[in-house]
Amino acid sequence: MHNKLYIQSYCRITNNQLWLNGKLIFEVEQNSNLKDFLKSIYKDQKMRYPKFFKMDNLSKLSIIAAELILSEKDLNTYDHNIALIFSNNASSLDTDRKHQETIDDPDHYYPSPAVFVYTLPNIGIGEISIKYKLKSENGFFIFDDFNAKFHHNYEQFLIKSNKSKAVLAGWINVDGEEADAFVYLVSENGQIEHTQQNLIKLYKE
Amino acid sequence: MENLKKELKEKIIENLNLEDMEVADIADDDMLFGDGLGLDSIDALELIVMLDKDYGIKLTDPKQGKSIFESINTMAQYITENRA
Repeated sequence: MHNKLYIQSYCRITNNQLWLNGKLIFEVEQNSNLKDFLKSIYKDQKMRYPKFFKMDNLSKLSIIAAELILSEKDLNTYDHNIALIFSNNASSLDTDRKHQETIDDPDHYYPSPAVFVYTLPNIGIGEISIKYKLKSENGFFIFDDFNAKFHHNYEQFLIKSNKSKAVLAGWINVDGEEADAFVYLVSENGQIEHTQQNLIKLYKE
Repeated sequence: MENLKKELKEKIIENLNLEDMEVADIADDDMLFGDGLGLDSIDALELIVMLDKDYGIKLTDPKQGKSIFESINTMAQYITENRA
């Protein structure tokens, strides 16, 4: 019998700000570009993962969010069984456009393998799984907006049906220079109950 | 040949996003894959595209890549002998 589930920790990343558990922990000037902003977070958080620089912005955002939430947790507590459930509305369109640019001109047709490999939104899930050695349930869904009802139901099901010990989930969207991420860890530990209302409230904070 | 080696190092750093690495950090005989620069399979594909796009060299046999992309020395030698 499972007890209540909780939002154990959460982070919010917008175009120029980084919030962790409701506290602003990093900020840059409004007009800084997204690539530089993500790089400055990487430096500020003292991340050491050179592969980060090969990723597209969506995967960088995914890795940063995961790092903020998982880096100080002992994943053995969850037997490394942390499901990954994400969603957005732009899919991988940002990188799809970059790939299209490389194949627009038939006389200059040089698709870049390094760009092409990121033309799926769930590649970010793969990057998180590789970094944290997770072989868990995962899914990436496309919605118009952050769908708290869907996320809540799916995350409750995964833990209560013993598919997963915890779920790292949320909204990770990148479109051009616009970034919007709300990522949280659901588990049996925490202070904020995992409800639709709380997910909406924290997303809009 | 020395100019070509420098150019290759600049292109590799730029095209393969080797952040925080400079031309001086890559020796001519450093292994590009494995324990050297640590490039991966996607990087290998990028190098094949680079040969075609920048030097007009199409690799017909991908197995050739292993010896061509061993180091900056081997790349420069191959390009010098085969560029269009």
